[in-house]
Amino acid sequence: MQMPTPDATILARKDQIVKRLQDVLPDGAVVHDPFETRAYECDALTAYKCPPLCAVLPASTAEVSAVMRVCHEEGVPVVPRGAGTSLAGGALPTSDSVILGVARLNDVLETDFANRIIRVQSGRTNLSVTGAVEEEGFFYAPDPSSQLACAIAGNIAMNSGGAHCLKYGVTTNNLMGVTMVMADGEVIEIGGAHLDAGGLDLLGLICGSEGQLGIVTEATLRILAKPEGARPVLVGFDSNEVAGHCVSDIIKSGILPVAIEFMDRPCIRATEAFAGAGYPDCEALLIIEVEGSDAEIDDQLSRITQIARAHNPVELRESTSAEESAKIWLGRKSAFGAMGQINDYMCLDGTIPVSELPLVLRRIGEMSKEYGLDVGNVFHAGDGNMHPLILFDANKPGDLEKCEAFGADILKLCVEVGGCLTGEHGVGVEKRDLMVSQYNQTDLEIQLAVKDVFDPNWLLNPAKVFPLSTTETRRAS
Amino acid sequence: MTLKTEAELAEAIVAANGPLRIQGGGTRDIGAPVDGAILSTAGLSGITLYEPGALTLVARAGTPLAKVEALLASEGQRLAFEPGDMRPLLGTKGASTIGGVIATNASGPRRIQVGAARDFCLGVRFVDGQGQVLKNGGRVMKNVTGYDLVKLMTGSWGTLGVLTEVSLKVLAIPETEATLICDDAKAKTAVASMAAALGSPFDVTGAALMNGRTMIRVEGLAQSVEYRAKALQAGVLKGFDIINGDASAALWTDLRDVKPFASQGGAVWRISVKPSDGPTLVRELSGFAHDAIYDWGGGLIWLRVPDEGDAGAQMIRKELSHIGGHATLVRASAGTRAAVPVFHPDPAPVATLTQGLRAKFDPRGILNHGLMGA
Repeated sequence: MQMPTPDATILARKDQIVKRLQDVLPDGAVVHDPFETRAYECDALTAYKCPPLCAVLPASTAEVSAVMRVCHEEGVPVVPRGAGTSLAGGALPTSDSVILGVARLNDVLETDFANRIIRVQSGRTNLSVTGAVEEEGFFYAPDPSSQLACAIAGNIAMNSGGAHCLKYGVTTNNLMGVTMVMADGEVIEIGGAHLDAGGLDLLGLICGSEGQLGIVTEATLRILAKPEGARPVLVGFDSNEVAGHCVSDIIKSGILPVAIEFMDRPCIRATEAFAGAGYPDCEALLIIEVEGSDAEIDDQLSRITQIARAHNPVELRESTSAEESAKIWLGRKSAFGAMGQINDYMCLDGTIPVSELPLVLRRIGEMSKEYGLDVGNVFHAGDGNMHPLILFDANKPGDLEKCEAFGADILKLCVEVGGCLTGEHGVGVEKRDLMVSQYNQTDLEIQLAVKDVFDPNWLLNPAKVFPLSTTETRRAS
Repeated sequence: MTLKTEAELAEAIVAANGPLRIQGGGTRDIGAPVDGAILSTAGLSGITLYEPGALTLVARAGTPLAKVEALLASEGQRLAFEPGDMRPLLGTKGASTIGGVIATNASGPRRIQVGAARDFCLGVRFVDGQGQVLKNGGRVMKNVTGYDLVKLMTGSWGTLGVLTEVSLKVLAIPETEATLICDDAKAKTAVASMAAALGSPFDVTGAALMNGRTMIRVEGLAQSVEYRAKALQAGVLKGFDIINGDASAALWTDLRDVKPFASQGGAVWRISVKPSDGPTLVRELSGFAHDAIYDWGGGLIWLRVPDEGDAGAQMIRKELSHIGGHATLVRASAGTRAAVPVFHPDPAPVATLTQGLRAKFDPRGILNHGLMGA
């Protein structure tokens, strides 16, 4: 994986840049010792590492603004970092860049239950947003798997999703406003406690822009009343195809489950060996969860099981208690850990039209044989967001490259069948070079033009999202 | 100019030597009056893909909304964001197109719960001001590949590009619905009731105050609707009556289309604020305004005012500068619309970004130029 050649003039000016940053920040907010900057050398995509020039940890919008002003004047690239849980390398630094970490921006600024909003600083973790409102019976809906650790800033940058998006949407559908620091340090407010934009929907544009348009320091988020209850049903099938049809039939029936999760045989077996959730040994497994009062749940689950039975499931297990629900979810929630115990893995994030599920799973199986690498599939079936986990051995020369090539082939397949490269993780560096398989040069050029407007000098996370060759002249200018 | 294909439309924009006025069905005639040759998308019609099991529909921009809704209804589905019929209110004719719905981010009462048109648009194809054919997004529900220009295009009123095709997420039509109503409500009490209902676990899909009547809607499976309506009635909505089925639906169609104002004169504002600010704002303007309808739990105000002077623009926007929010003058005489910023002016740093984007998407400034202001 290629990264731009670091700017030697910036490396040479490290002391001066560090000094200027120290001048505008409190003691201890600039990390520049080479031993300490290693803490910022990668995010959750650990295959690629590079310590930054230095890292800064501002604690207010004003401090972020001061940092950006310095970096703007010095012409130093800035790589924003939430909690560093990106699987796409969104927070991977270059050696001539300043990491701007939002970890100290973690206050709740306002909770307003009558208007169903919470305003937080962007470094606050996803789960602790819900933590701040749950006593009043509310929650923040987007729930990425990393929600215990990941920051709202990163959620906004990547437009993160989660298991429950089928009903509640992703970050962009739950974000109402931001305070954002521009590349030159100017502070702007977009949106707020009211709905929708008065002019162009810049909020929608900023969400998912991978830290390339500005640094979000505060966010107004929509909170929702917690449902009375939730319960899943587990259904096993002896073919992926049938499971796919079952998903489609449930959706067509008019019931909107909060989640429809799918696991295939390799994943089921790995999970069973690891967590012992008591899953059946079958080709495909669905976990379908619905919400409401007990009676409402019973009604919905009876309709769902009726549809499932028409597809001759090999197993059908309706939860009747909190313990049984936890057991059904146990395997799904430990799937990544289970696969990780077998070997290193790369987690993909392509999304496909639900109707293409059987074809795509069959092709992944064939490619797995061709590449000689095992793959397990666990994903959000209701919205077609796949997470193939390709197993490889990082210590075996050539295995990572083989895994990357396999991954690229899977993602190209997702695009071919009408889907996209990434449903909720973001492009980062990981899928940067595949962008040309989804978008032609004109489609990409207009996106680059958008960045030109927000960040004319291309200093914000400049080596991400787009193939380096398409951004070279802009980054050099 | 009525064009039949995306390629023809692109050629027409390349060949244009003056401003163009972009039109779908012409039913949502909102914004500053635009000079220029009419460029109609009505010829780009047809539903190109519909997968009920994937909740996805793709249609060319000029496809009549009615045609989209009829096809969806045949499979028990609908556009959940509830786009309104603005013809009675605005006195327009023609047939609303799906491209027009997306270009104007037309969203009705259910926006408060399920989201706006912008939340249901999965992908767009469009032609920019230089005649380039572009695409963004796709037809899957989760997509973070590159920048989300779909959101930017939704609600850009044809000022950044001309939509040629849109992909939409659709949802099932629920089995039934019910509305809890309470008459003779004061705005402040009504908004408090709405907040309590929206803050309950009972999945409220509409909360409004129209003609002195507070209205709270629940939708879903029959047994569930009955349960939730009664739970609300026994809890936070004591003293409310329950209206079921078609009678309930009729209330929300009237609200969606702002029907009470259709037969009455005057200018009409559409104001978005924090819900609890709604009644206060209207009270501040009571010396000037005729009457108000509240939707979105109090956060959306349709305000009818005399169509004279600046139609209250300065006064309304001054109030909003203190509390946050935005106001669009959806109905007024051409003279008023030409003299008053119809769309809410952006604060300076945001306006710079907006102008920068317009300069990239439409460098010649020929697409609906000035419709949204500078």
